[in-house]
Amino acid sequence: MELTGAQILLECLKREGVEVIFGFPGGAVIDIYNELPNTSLRHILVRHEQAAIHAADGFARASGKVGCCLVTSGPGATNTVTGIATAYMDSIPVVILTGQVPTPLIGNDAFQEVDIVGITRPCTKHNYLVKDVRDLAHVIRQAFYLARSGRPGPVLVDLPKDVMQVKTKFVWPEDVKMRSYNPNVKPHAGQIKKVAQLIRDAERPIIYAGGGVITSQGHEALTWLAQNLHIPVTATLMGLGCFPGKDRLWLGMLGMHGTYAANMAVNNADLVLAVGARFDDRVTGKVSTFAPMAKLVHIDIDPTSIQKNVSVHVPLVSDCRLALEALKEELTPSLAEYDFETGHLPWVSKVRAWAKEHPLSYQPSETTIKPQSVVEKLHELTRGEAVICTEVGQHQMWAAQFYTFNEPNCFLSSGGLGTMGYGFPAAIGAQFARPDKMVIDIAGDGSIQMNIQELATSVCNNLGVKIVILNNGYLGMVRQWQELFYKKNYCSTCMDAQPDFVKLAEAYGAKGFRISDPKDLERVLKQALDTPGTVIVDVRVEREENVYPMVPAGASLTDMLLV
Amino acid sequence: MRHILSVIVENEPGVLSRVAGLFSGRGFNIESLNVGPTLDPGVSVMTIATEGDEQIIEQIVKQLRKLITVIKVVDLTDLKSVLRELLLLKVNANDTNRAEILRIVDIFRCKVVDVSIDELTIEATGNHEKINAILGLLTRFGVKEISRSGMVAMKRSLQV
Repeated sequence: MELTGAQILLECLKREGVEVIFGFPGGAVIDIYNELPNTSLRHILVRHEQAAIHAADGFARASGKVGCCLVTSGPGATNTVTGIATAYMDSIPVVILTGQVPTPLIGNDAFQEVDIVGITRPCTKHNYLVKDVRDLAHVIRQAFYLARSGRPGPVLVDLPKDVMQVKTKFVWPEDVKMRSYNPNVKPHAGQIKKVAQLIRDAERPIIYAGGGVITSQGHEALTWLAQNLHIPVTATLMGLGCFPGKDRLWLGMLGMHGTYAANMAVNNADLVLAVGARFDDRVTGKVSTFAPMAKLVHIDIDPTSIQKNVSVHVPLVSDCRLALEALKEELTPSLAEYDFETGHLPWVSKVRAWAKEHPLSYQPSETTIKPQSVVEKLHELTRGEAVICTEVGQHQMWAAQFYTFNEPNCFLSSGGLGTMGYGFPAAIGAQFARPDKMVIDIAGDGSIQMNIQELATSVCNNLGVKIVILNNGYLGMVRQWQELFYKKNYCSTCMDAQPDFVKLAEAYGAKGFRISDPKDLERVLKQALDTPGTVIVDVRVEREENVYPMVPAGASLTDMLLV
Repeated sequence: MRHILSVIVENEPGVLSRVAGLFSGRGFNIESLNVGPTLDPGVSVMTIATEGDEQIIEQIVKQLRKLITVIKVVDLTDLKSVLRELLLLKVNANDTNRAEILRIVDIFRCKVVDVSIDELTIEATGNHEKINAILGLLTRFGVKEISRSGMVAMKRSLQV
C-alpha cells in the first residue's frame, strides 16, 4: 500500500516506540499535523519551540527512552537550537523533526526557510535532510538508532513539505546497518584486567562518576563495586543519583561547587576511576593540579573524550555498564583474597573525617529563609523520591548539593551547556515520562522567566509540576561572581520589576503560593506540594546568599572558598 | 608536526562542511585539503594536511572518526606513502632569462603548458618540499601568479 510521507513518518515513530511528541505546528508541517489525529501518538502543544525540545529532553532523561519533538521550518526550527545544543552537551537521545520548505524552493530564501541542517551540524550527533520520500523510513530508523546508541545525542531530520505530501510504498527497514558507524561498546578484556589490578593495588581509590553511568544504566554495577571494594564515590552534576546519596561512601559532587570531602579525596587519591565523565573544566579546576598523586583510569564510550582534557594512564573505551560489570566479574574472586574493607579503612576514615570537618552547610537564620533550607525541606517532604529539574545558577547548585539523590534519572539539569529556562519545560517532559512521580522544578527568579509561558502547557495538560522559585531578586550566580571577583559591581544582575509570580500562576490557571517567613516554610511548602495541578511557590530567600564551597575558575580543587 | 590524513567519507552533500566545520569549531588547523572521487562512486577520499602535537593529532583523528559520514581515517605520516601536489605557476620570462627558467623546468621535470612573449606558465608535480623548492628558485624572475592544489596521497604497497 502506498502512503504519504507524513503517514510514513508517523508510522515510523510508532514503530520506534514513540508515545509522546512535543511540538508546535506551522505551514511546513501542516501535512504531518493533518495525519496526527489518525495515530495513537500523543501530541503535546507547547507555547514556544524551545520548550518542545527541552520537554523531549526531559522526557528522555527521566525515562531513558528517546525523546521526540516536531516543529515547523524557519523560526520553528531555529527556536530549537538552544535545546539541541543542551541535549548535545549532555548526550541526551532526542530526535528533532523540523519542517522545511518544498524541495524546489530550497535555497531560494523562501518564506520561513532556513538551512537548519547547516545551523545544527555542530550541535547534533548527526542530521539529515530528506529529499526523497523513498529514503524517509530509512532515515527515521537511522535517526533513532543514532540517537540512542553509542554516546547518545540529538539527531535532527529536516522534512520538506512536498516530501510529506507525495506517496510511496512503505517498507519498514528491519535492520539498521551503517558502514561508517559502529560504536565499539564492549570493554577490552586486557584493559579490564589492568584496571582490576590497579584497583587491587590501590590504597586510596576513588570513583569519579558522570552522566555516562546513568545513560548506560551502570548504577547497580557501580554501587556493587563501591560497596564491596570499599571505594568512596563522588559524581559530577550529571552523575548525581548513580550512587545512593545516603551511603557512607558517598562524598557528594566534586568540582567548582563540590564538597570539601570530594575535592580533597580526589586531590589525595592514588587511583581515580573516571566512569562516564569527561574531565570538564567545572570538575577539574586547574587541570595540571587535578588528582596529582593518582593513576587515572578513564572509562567512556566516546574515544574523543579520552585524552582530550587530561592524559590518563589506562583508557577504556566501553559502554560504562558493560565495563563496570566486567570489572565486577573480574574482581569478585578477589573478594576472597583481599580484605578491601580493612585495606581501605584508613583511607575511608580519612575521607569521612574531611566530610565531618567541612560538611555542606550554611548559616541558619530565624528571620530570612535560606535557599539551602528550602531544598532540604523539599527533600524531607518528598522523602527524596521526587524528580528534580533545575534551571541554571545558584538554585541549581543548591539543588545538587542539598537534595540527596538516591536513584538515577531523577535529577534533570543542563550540565554542559548551562541553559537557563531548561528546567520547567524539562519538568513537563519528565512528568509525561513519570506520571507516578512528583516532579519539581527548582528554579531561580531569573531562569523561570525564560520559559514561563509553558505554564499554559502544564495547566492545559493537568500536569502536577511544582515550580519552587528560590527568589532572591538577582541573577544570583553572576551576582556572586561580581561580589567575589568583580568588586561588587552588580551590573545588570538585579532583577527589578519582577512579576508577581503568585498572580502570574493564577492568571494561567495554576495555583500560586508565596513564602517569606522561615516559620511558614514547612507548612506552606507542604500545602503547595499537596495541591493538585501546576503550582508555583515563590519563596523569598536571603538575597545575597552565596554557593559554597567554591573553587574559583581556573584554581586548583584544593583552593576552596568555604562557608 | 605536519600530518597527512587520508579520510574516506560517504559521498553525500554536506560531508565537506562537516569535516571543515569540525576543524574550525575545535580550533584545529587545515594546511591543505583535497577531495576527490574513488573507484566506488558512493565514497570520496579527502587528503588533509594538518599541523599539531601528538595530542591534537590524536583528537583530530578521533573526532573525524566520530563523524557519522566518515568511514575511515588513516594517518599517513608514519607510513611509507606517496605524496603529491600540483603547482601551476606564471612567471615573467624575457629573452635574457627564458633559457635559465627552462633549465630549471628541466631539472625539476616540470612542463611548460602555456607561453607568451613575456610569460611562461609552468606545471609542476611533486611532494610538498619539491614544490616549495621550485617556487623558491623561480621567485627571483618574478612570479606573477600561482595556483596550488592540496595534497593527494597513497600508501605504498610495501611497508618496509
